[in-house]
Amino acid sequence: MSGHSTYEPKSAVGKWFESRLPIMGLVHSSFIVFPNPRNLNYFWTFGGILAFMLVSQIVTGVVLAMHYTAHADMAFNSVELIMRDVNYGWMLRYLHANGASMFFIAVYVHIFRGLYFGSYKAPREVLWILGVIIFLLMMATAFMGYVLPWGQMSFWGATVITNLFSAIPGVGEVIVSYLWGGYSVSNPTLNRFFSLHYLLPFMIMGVVILHIWALHVNGSNNPTGIEKKTDKDMLPFHPYFTVKDAFALTCFLMVYVWFAFYIPNFLGHADNYIEANAAVTPSHIVPEWYFLPFYAILRAIPDKLLGVLAMFGSIAIMVVVPWLDSSKIRSGNYRPVFQVFFWLFAINAVILGWLGSKPPEGWYVIASRICTAYYFAYYVLVLPLLGLFETPKSMPASIADSVLGKGGSGSAMASGAASSPSTKG
Amino acid sequence: MKSIKTLIAVLAFAGFASGAALAQSHEREIPPRVNWSFAGPFGTYDETQLQRGFKVFHEVCSNCHSMSKVAFRTLAEKGGPGFSVEQVNALAATYKIKDGPNDAGDMFDRPGRAADFWPSPFPNKLAAAAANGGAAPPDFSVIAKARTYERGFPWFVFDIFTQYQEQGVDYIAALLPGYEDAPAGEVVPAGKYYNKYFPGNIIAMPPPLQDGAVTYLKDANGKPQAPETVQQYAKDVTAFLMWAAEPHMEQRKEIAFRALIFLLVFAGLLYFTKKKIWANVEGHA
Repeated sequence: MSGHSTYEPKSAVGKWFESRLPIMGLVHSSFIVFPNPRNLNYFWTFGGILAFMLVSQIVTGVVLAMHYTAHADMAFNSVELIMRDVNYGWMLRYLHANGASMFFIAVYVHIFRGLYFGSYKAPREVLWILGVIIFLLMMATAFMGYVLPWGQMSFWGATVITNLFSAIPGVGEVIVSYLWGGYSVSNPTLNRFFSLHYLLPFMIMGVVILHIWALHVNGSNNPTGIEKKTDKDMLPFHPYFTVKDAFALTCFLMVYVWFAFYIPNFLGHADNYIEANAAVTPSHIVPEWYFLPFYAILRAIPDKLLGVLAMFGSIAIMVVVPWLDSSKIRSGNYRPVFQVFFWLFAINAVILGWLGSKPPEGWYVIASRICTAYYFAYYVLVLPLLGLFETPKSMPASIADSVLGKGGSGSAMASGAASSPSTKG
Repeated sequence: MKSIKTLIAVLAFAGFASGAALAQSHEREIPPRVNWSFAGPFGTYDETQLQRGFKVFHEVCSNCHSMSKVAFRTLAEKGGPGFSVEQVNALAATYKIKDGPNDAGDMFDRPGRAADFWPSPFPNKLAAAAANGGAAPPDFSVIAKARTYERGFPWFVFDIFTQYQEQGVDYIAALLPGYEDAPAGEVVPAGKYYNKYFPGNIIAMPPPLQDGAVTYLKDANGKPQAPETVQQYAKDVTAFLMWAAEPHMEQRKEIAFRALIFLLVFAGLLYFTKKKIWANVEGHA
């Protein structure tokens, strides 16, 4: 979509450089003149927010790594030294720890936006799958990062999650011993987790570049789900979307500051301020909030191997979503029945998260099973079947028409540009 | 469509609420809320309270509890109890610190310095456990952040906006005076005590505070700064523990406010810039 670069350097140095490495032309065609659908709403700003969060996490993380000691006997103390004696160390650590949560808030909005507006449908399947890979890498990175302070929840969370791999028949025990670097979670585990926690963000960065590359081949989806028809449908990235993204990012940063500076431990666990102790098990072992829905799915199933399969399957199934959804209509805005199932799915995910924080007993187990069943039913029953029966609403002829209120289901379209999906239907 | 969505929302809320009610039915006693000076967006430590709390810690708690990540020097740093450097040097000098080896290869004792970390009352965890009926007294460096009680739905959602994050200190301030006779039928093992706020109620620590056990500084009228009661001791020492766990809290909250004001103004400017730029695009406001 970016096509041939129209960038023409003005200075002599610019011309000299561009003829040897046309990187300024690449930036120019990708982030200056790149055409975006003019009707993108604020849910489309989360891609930029995520890019910012990745860089922010890498910057704070690299500096934290200068002060952190990855050793079972010293890690907990080194984190406290960062909090107390490193200049603004408390700020770095709180920004980094809460930054992980903000990263996940943004990625969940980003994913649900894709699910609602059908961003995974042809020709954006590879773009979507790259996104799922990024999500998986993020989860691995965040999990290992939470182990590094070597508190009680670090240690026992690592024990529970690494033990899951022992459910794999045949090779499970071997895999677990490689993860641990021994026969239990101990110093070698902490060392390799630190190494991988430093490595994975750069792998994320690599896949993000592929993700943006794939995005720029077909361009962004948009709230109508209609592909570009004429140039009237589009606006250049700069200044229209740079200023919009900057505004959204600034609002997002306010939330980030609220958490990181005012309630920095709200999203953590008190138990993680107790140093890891292999002899004392915390009363509830709970992962970080962003893993809770998947943790609930794991525990909803009484068999260990099946539970592990269900948990990993709940993420893996997203890879095939482009082929599970039979509807020709991309955007949920024109799918009245889909909207009901979609919002049920979103609420269901939140309830799963809440159930994941509860002990697996009584009422909670039954609820977890119902919610797990709906989670998978959405993918394997609702998406394939709904497209066959649903009568979509009438649609505008083009993106420009949707913005200018011509054709389609008039009143609903007037708010097309800036409204959230929740105001529809 | 609206009615279906409303129905979904009502069902979801009902599910949440009933789950929350179920969860609350078998919970331990909720500690009462204390009106802490350091709570909220503009919260600061009360210097005199931290000094009183330090006195309680120094004279009572530190006989058994370590605070190994807190250095003497921090007692004189900004945003803390506000002791003078001389006071801190004098305090540190009252402790003997094992140092070495010296040039002869021997370990030796020297008087403490401001740069030293708070010396632990026992040489190691096992010694601490052996001297205390098998349960090592926990370290106090971050204990104010290491204790909590469950808020449950929907309270934890409100806490985001009210910034209520003093669960740990509320719990500690309730626990210290929270000893009472065990209810009929409850067996308390020998050497253990009954505390209504402790998880499981059976606690190894004997009641640590008694009325009048610590003498507070007198004000101009010759009266103590604060009542010399168990309740007051508990609050003061808990405030001190909060500072010990979070010595840069005042600076953090100051920066938070400045950062938010900056972001708010910046977001406003960006909003109007965005409006201006988009104004010439047909169909957009």
